[in-house]
Amino acid sequence: MQKTTETQEEVTIKFAGDSGDGMQLTGTLFTDNTALGGSDLATFPDFPAEIRAPQGTLAGVSGFQLHFGSREILTPGDEYDVLVAMNAAALKANIDRMNPGSTLIVNTDGFDKKNLRLAKYDDGQNPLEDGSLDGFEVFEIQVTKLTRESLKDVPLSTKEKDLCKNMFVLGFLYWRYNRQLDSTIEYLSSKFGRKPEILDANITALKTGYHYGETTETFTTRYNVKAAPLEKGAYRNVMGNEALVIGFITAARKAGLPLFYGSYPITPASDILHGLARYKHFDVRTFQAEDEIAAICSAIGAAYGGNLAVTGTSGPGLALKTEAMGLALMLELPLVICNIQRGGPSTGLPTKTEQSDLLQALYGRNGESPLPVISASSPADCFYAAFEACRIALQHMTPVILLSDGYIANGAEPWKFPKSNDIPEIQAEFRKPPEDGEPYLPYGRDGRYVREWAIPGTKGLAHRIGGLEKQAGTGEVSYDPANHEYMVKVREAKVETIADFIPEQQLSIGPEKGQALFLGWGSTYGVIKTVAQSLLEEGYEVAHAHLRHLRPFPRNLGAMLDNYDTIIIPEINNGQLSKVIRDKFLREVVPYNKIQGVPITKAELKDFAKQVLA
Amino acid sequence: MSTTNGTIPLAAKDFATDQDVRWCPGCGDYSILKQVQTVFAELGLDRDQVAIISGIGCSSRFPYYLETYGMHSIHGRAPAVASGLKLANPDLHVWVITGDGDGLSIGGNHLLHLLRRNFNVNVLLFNNQIYGLTKGQYSPTSEEYKITKSTPMGSLDHPVNPLAFALGSEGTFIARAMDRDPKHLKEMIHRCHNHQGTSFLEIYQNCNIFNDGAFFSFTDKETKPETTIFLEHGQPLRFGKNREKGIRLDCFRPQIVDLENDGYSPGDLWIHDETDICKAHMLARFFDAPGRQQKMVLPRPFGVLYAAERPCYEDLLYDQLKQAVGQKGEGRLDELLAGSTTWEIS
Repeated sequence: MQKTTETQEEVTIKFAGDSGDGMQLTGTLFTDNTALGGSDLATFPDFPAEIRAPQGTLAGVSGFQLHFGSREILTPGDEYDVLVAMNAAALKANIDRMNPGSTLIVNTDGFDKKNLRLAKYDDGQNPLEDGSLDGFEVFEIQVTKLTRESLKDVPLSTKEKDLCKNMFVLGFLYWRYNRQLDSTIEYLSSKFGRKPEILDANITALKTGYHYGETTETFTTRYNVKAAPLEKGAYRNVMGNEALVIGFITAARKAGLPLFYGSYPITPASDILHGLARYKHFDVRTFQAEDEIAAICSAIGAAYGGNLAVTGTSGPGLALKTEAMGLALMLELPLVICNIQRGGPSTGLPTKTEQSDLLQALYGRNGESPLPVISASSPADCFYAAFEACRIALQHMTPVILLSDGYIANGAEPWKFPKSNDIPEIQAEFRKPPEDGEPYLPYGRDGRYVREWAIPGTKGLAHRIGGLEKQAGTGEVSYDPANHEYMVKVREAKVETIADFIPEQQLSIGPEKGQALFLGWGSTYGVIKTVAQSLLEEGYEVAHAHLRHLRPFPRNLGAMLDNYDTIIIPEINNGQLSKVIRDKFLREVVPYNKIQGVPITKAELKDFAKQVLA
Repeated sequence: MSTTNGTIPLAAKDFATDQDVRWCPGCGDYSILKQVQTVFAELGLDRDQVAIISGIGCSSRFPYYLETYGMHSIHGRAPAVASGLKLANPDLHVWVITGDGDGLSIGGNHLLHLLRRNFNVNVLLFNNQIYGLTKGQYSPTSEEYKITKSTPMGSLDHPVNPLAFALGSEGTFIARAMDRDPKHLKEMIHRCHNHQGTSFLEIYQNCNIFNDGAFFSFTDKETKPETTIFLEHGQPLRFGKNREKGIRLDCFRPQIVDLENDGYSPGDLWIHDETDICKAHMLARFFDAPGRQQKMVLPRPFGVLYAAERPCYEDLLYDQLKQAVGQKGEGRLDELLAGSTTWEIS
């Protein structure tokens, strides 16, 4: 049987199955293998909202999406080129995102009467038989049966054998994409080293899947996706929340301070708490507080005591932290408040993504209460955003709000990680004990309007701070009208002055002048850049700028906007950055908003932009 | 005596700030402030090693009047701020100043968790059974049917029992004092300082503007001997003008007996044991409102109801930090950055 090999530039695969089918592991192992081959990639897991949704149901479908290619890959992909469906529910939940001609790999053992009923197919309907899949390339494989057969001599229960069926699928895909099995076998050996029977079973299933592809006549074509022109260097895979963890620890190290993280469990921010809790040997103190308010207040206490203090949450939690953010602002203590945004308002869509807390971050406090706000634009970028948030907090003695969202928190991409020696130090100094007779002014300021960090325990600096308005300089309680106005202006000037200490805005792609500028922030980076690139290739004069700093804006942003006829602002919200840009620069913008709890797709943004540019 | 750092001992006045004290003339807070300053001087505390954390309310102005580090934070949240500060610097002497509204209404949650975690901080809860700073609404400790601005027909809330709450929150040191008995108050403040773990001291404090005389029957010379009982570890529970009365346990029921007429001797009485959690719960239930019930009214206990040893949260955390370094070695940044799986693009 003649087998041919085709080269593809990029592929999006969705692994979908029941929660218990091991799709996350399958996806992760395939991703690691892909990365080793040098492709660029992006991934996105798609968990059921319920912890233990009933087996076989639509609610129980767990998915893992991988987009990889031999060119720059910036998003996990819009539509799937290949869907692996382990049961009927997995097919039903994902078929809408399949284009005609794309490939379905289905486990026919997951399409029995019960599975079809649980997937809510009509009585007697079976998508594998009714012609509804005509137009797709469908490979029907009896995965469960073949896995069991391959393991018939292994002394394991049927249930245990069935747990290996994801390895069969993985092996088959390795054959299809021309891969080596070594890295996966190595992984399995370290994971199941102490359970030789389970290890053998997994390796057997993996190899059986591979040989199945090789020997079965149905499968005639294998695919190659070549390495992408990535920068040379050492890479790892990283998820957004994981990158935040690494960023906070790195910042603490570079500032020479212990890291304190006060948090209350909330989706999708909890993984930061879980992640940091594992790094006590880096002098990381995690504190699972009794509620969101206590989480930030404990961080304020730790900041007062001289730690690099961070609190993390998601939208509803940020709402609860509001009053304490005002306190931290008034105390002028360094603090990073991390918001992994999700669909709102109220409890909203806890497991879905949204960018709808920008206005809350900018304005959501009582009184005149400016805070620096920065955002992360991709999973790996979370590292740099976390580091930058800590730097600003420590060097400008202010709380800083750091915005990420559910999409990049759980998404992953390859990261050319830095060496610790190449990361700059963060200057963070405590006020030293005064010399004899030297006065100490708790609210004295330097040229950047920054006060000193005088921590309890320092000899000769005993002083009181609090939420009441402060007398300039002395920090004593003051109800003086002129002083209050002065202090409001000073606190604002302090935040605005940060603009002198951040980089100017750069374009991510495109000409310096032109028809249109896409202006974005946060997790839309990948899709906007991909669309801009594609429009540029079609001859449009478009550029893309992505904001790290949302308050203060980079000094050159206004001038940059003036270089384009149209400013298009795509956001996963109802137009929040658009409002801010209009307000700040008094110019019209064209918002593109999607508020469905899912990322913007390349196709829809490109269509929209073409209409605008027509 | 010498101070902790070997310099000239400080006097009580050295713990006073240059700020004008702004409580109403005649407020019970003055007495508490004076006793705290006196105890700090007696303990020889270094001003730089003390941090006073408060919430919002009349009592929470306290940090402004003590020449130490201090933070006037937000309503009800002082225990959370204090927890973070104590974790950052376990060597500090951290005192939380709160009131019945701040600590038991808006901040009840945080007080509960501070107590069960047993951070080594001291909580002084000034209980005046009224909201003073907002000018006279009933508080969570106000008696039932209280007529206030917000309850013209009388309040409908059943009051919280602060010591029962603190015991229920797994507190390790539970005590009560009053502003009008400075000597005893001072002794209790000393005990708070000495206790390892969260010390909870409820202080009956008279608000002479909005709730004058709320504790009159406990503090007035005439009635005090009959309405109060001062607890001493290892001593029988005795009270009365001539200490002629006592409490004995009739099975599990506390009973007032007259030592002169009922034929009981001090040996028959309930001997106070601070370490006995069950008896501490019973003592906390000595919570009758004097004069209201027809039945026998048990005297209100003052002093240390309960004191026990339990590891402090911050010590446990620092043990884990050390243990983690012991197991994994000092964290290396390059290993963290690289993670477990890397590949090379060349």
